Amino acid sequence: MTDEVARLQAWRSLTQARIGLGRSGASLATRDVLGFALDHARARDAVHTPLDAQALDREVRDLGFDTVHVASLAHDRQTYLARPDLGTRLPPDAVARLREAECQPDLAIVLADGLSSQALRHAAPVLGHMRQPLLDEGSRLAPVVIATQARVALGDEIGVELKAAMVLVLIGERPGMSSPDSLGAYLTWNPMVGRTNAERNCVSNIRTEGLQPAAAAETLLWLMREAQRGSLTGLGLKDLSGLSTISPA
Amino acid sequence: MSRRSHSDLKTLMAKASPLRSGDQLAGLAAQSAEESITARMALADQPLTRFLNEPLIAYERDEVTRLILDSHDKAAFAPISGQSVGEFRDWLLSDAVGGDALAAVAPGVTPEMAAAVSKIMRNQDLILVASKIRVATRFRSTVGLHGRLSSRLQPNHPTDDPSGILASMVDGLLLGSGDAVIGVNPASDNLQVLGGLVEMMADVIHRFDIPTQSCVLTHVTSSLALIEQGRPVDLVFQSIAGTEGANAAFGVNLNLLRDAQQAAQSLGRNPHGGQVMYFETGQGTALSSGAHHGVDQQTLEARAYGVARAFDPFLVNTVVGFIGPEYLFDGKQIIRAGLEDHFCGKLLGLPIGCDVCYTNHAEADQDDMDVLLTLLAAAGVNFIMGVPGADDIMLNYQSTSFHDTLYARRLLNLRPAPEFEAWLEAVGIADAQGLLRTPEPKHPLLQVLP
Repeated sequence: MTDEVARLQAWRSLTQARIGLGRSGASLATRDVLGFALDHARARDAVHTPLDAQALDREVRDLGFDTVHVASLAHDRQTYLARPDLGTRLPPDAVARLREAECQPDLAIVLADGLSSQALRHAAPVLGHMRQPLLDEGSRLAPVVIATQARVALGDEIGVELKAAMVLVLIGERPGMSSPDSLGAYLTWNPMVGRTNAERNCVSNIRTEGLQPAAAAETLLWLMREAQRGSLTGLGLKDLSGLSTISPA
Repeated sequence: MSRRSHSDLKTLMAKASPLRSGDQLAGLAAQSAEESITARMALADQPLTRFLNEPLIAYERDEVTRLILDSHDKAAFAPISGQSVGEFRDWLLSDAVGGDALAAVAPGVTPEMAAAVSKIMRNQDLILVASKIRVATRFRSTVGLHGRLSSRLQPNHPTDDPSGILASMVDGLLLGSGDAVIGVNPASDNLQVLGGLVEMMADVIHRFDIPTQSCVLTHVTSSLALIEQGRPVDLVFQSIAGTEGANAAFGVNLNLLRDAQQAAQSLGRNPHGGQVMYFETGQGTALSSGAHHGVDQQTLEARAYGVARAFDPFLVNTVVGFIGPEYLFDGKQIIRAGLEDHFCGKLLGLPIGCDVCYTNHAEADQDDMDVLLTLLAAAGVNFIMGVPGADDIMLNYQSTSFHDTLYARRLLNLRPAPEFEAWLEAVGIADAQGLLRTPEPKHPLLQVLP
C-alpha cells in the first residue's frame, strides 16, 4: 500500500460521512452516484414496504405474549405520510377490540410500523429480553398491540383504551441513508391523548450497527422502574442511565 | 364562485397559494383547482395598501406583526403604493425595473406583499425577478455578488467527534466549498462540546488564513453563553419563524435576538462591521408548533424574513425540504417552495441561500434536487449547502454535495466568493482558471488530520 492510499484510508476512517469521493470533471464518479442511489432506494423501500403483521404476530406469540392488531385512521401510506394527525388516532373497530382486551395493566406494549416496517425485525428481540424481568417484577402486561400506519402518539390512545399505567411504543424510525431499519422506543407514563414528546423518554437507533436489543431492553427496564417510582416520564425523568429525553417535535 | 367572495384576506391568501400538503393539513387550502385560480385572480385585484391596513395576524397579539408594520418605510413604498398585487407583478417583471429600483423599494415591501405577489407568479417569474436582485454581505468573505455562488460547508457528525468533523471540513475545502460559512449542526447541546467545536473551527480558519467564518448552529442562548465564556464566535445562529408564538416554540423573541446580535457584534470578529447573524427558516414551522393563526405556510415563511431583516443578517437560509412530506409532499412542492422562498427573501432585501434538500419519506430524490439547484443558481441564490456526498449522517436527510456546488458553478460559469477564490488558488487547491487540482497527499490541509 502506498503512503497516499494509506493516508486516504486513514482520513476516510475518521467519519462515516461520504468524504474522499473522486471527481469526473465537476461531478461525482459513476460508482458513487449509483452507490448513493442504492442507499436511497433501500431507505425508500423501508418507508413503503408494508409491515408483515402476521409474521411479527407469530414471533411475538412465540415469546409467550398475546396480541391484538389495530390500524390507525390513516387508511393508506400516502395518507399516513401527508396526514400525521390521522396516524395518531384509532378507528371505532380498533377501539372496540382494545376495550375487550382492557385489563388495567402496568404496561402496554405497542409495536408500530412508523416510517420503517423493516425496523420491526428488531422488536421481538427487544421484547424477548424484557419479558422475563417484567414477569419477575410482577408486572401485569396487556396483550402486545401490533399497529399499522401508526405514529408514536397512537400509543397514547391505545394506552387509554387499555387503561394502562404506562405505554411503550417500539416504532420504525425515519430511515437514514445508512440506517433503513432503525427502531425507536418511546415510553410514556399515564398515557392520554394530547401528550407531547417532551412527556416521553426515548431510546433510539436500535439496529444491528447501533444499539443492540439486549442493551436497549436493559435501558428500557431501568426507565420503566424509574417512571413507576416517580410516576412520570419525559423531561422530568433524568437520564441517569445515559439516555436523553427528547425535545418537543 | 365569485372573485369577490373572499372577504377575509388571510383566507384569500391561503386559497391562492399553490397547492401544498401543509396548507391541506391545516385545512386552509383551496378545495378545487378552480377555486385556487379564482382566488389568485381575486388576489391580483387587491391593492397593496390593503396589507398595511388589514394585518393577517392582529397587531396587538403578535410582535412580528408589530415589527413589520412599525418598520414599514413609506417613502420606499411610494413608487408602488398605487398598485394592485397583479400590477406589482407586472412592475417587477418590467424592463424598466432593475436591481437598483428593486433594492430601493425593498424597505417598502412587507412580507405579506411579497408573499401575495409570489402566489400569482409562475416559477419562471420567481426566477427572473430574483435574478435582478443582488444582496451581498461581508464578513471575511463577500457572499452574494453577481456571478458568484457560495456554499456553506456542513461537516456534521452524529456524535460531534472533532476529528470526524475536521475530516469533512478538509474534504469540503479541498473541493472548493465553505466560502459562505463553515457551519456545523451539533448533536449535543453541551457547552463544553459546543465550545470545543467553536475553538477547533476558529483554529483551522486562523491557521490556514481561510477567508471564511464559522458557526455552530446551536440555540441562541447557548451562543450567548459561549460568547460570555470568551469563545471565538463568528456568527450567531437561530431558527426563526413568522409568528410570535412559533418563535416562542423555538425559545426566542425579538429582544433575545437583539441581545445575541449585540453580544456577537461586541466581539468585533467581522472586519467589515455588524453582520453577525445566521438565520434558518422553512415553510411549515409555525403550523408544526400550532402557532399559524390560520395563515398559510408560505405567507408565514415570508414573515420570518421580516424578522430576519431586522437584524442585518450575514446569511439567511431556507431549509426547504427538511420538514417532511406533511408540509411539502413531493419534489414539485419542494421546488416551488424553494423558488418562492428565494424570491421573497431577495425582494425583501435578504442575503438568502437555500438548503436544497429532502427527507427519505418525501416523494423526492436527487433528480428533484438537481432541478431546484439549477433553477436557484440561475436565479442568483447566494449560497447552497455543501454536505459530503449530499448525505448528512447526523440529521439523516439529503442535501447538496460539494460536487453539486462544482456542478452549478461549472454549468452557469459562477465562481466562489472573490476572497475565497483567491485563497483556493494561493494554497494550490485551484489553478489560475479556478479549476480544482487533485490534492497532493502532502497538502498542508491534509496534515491537520490526526
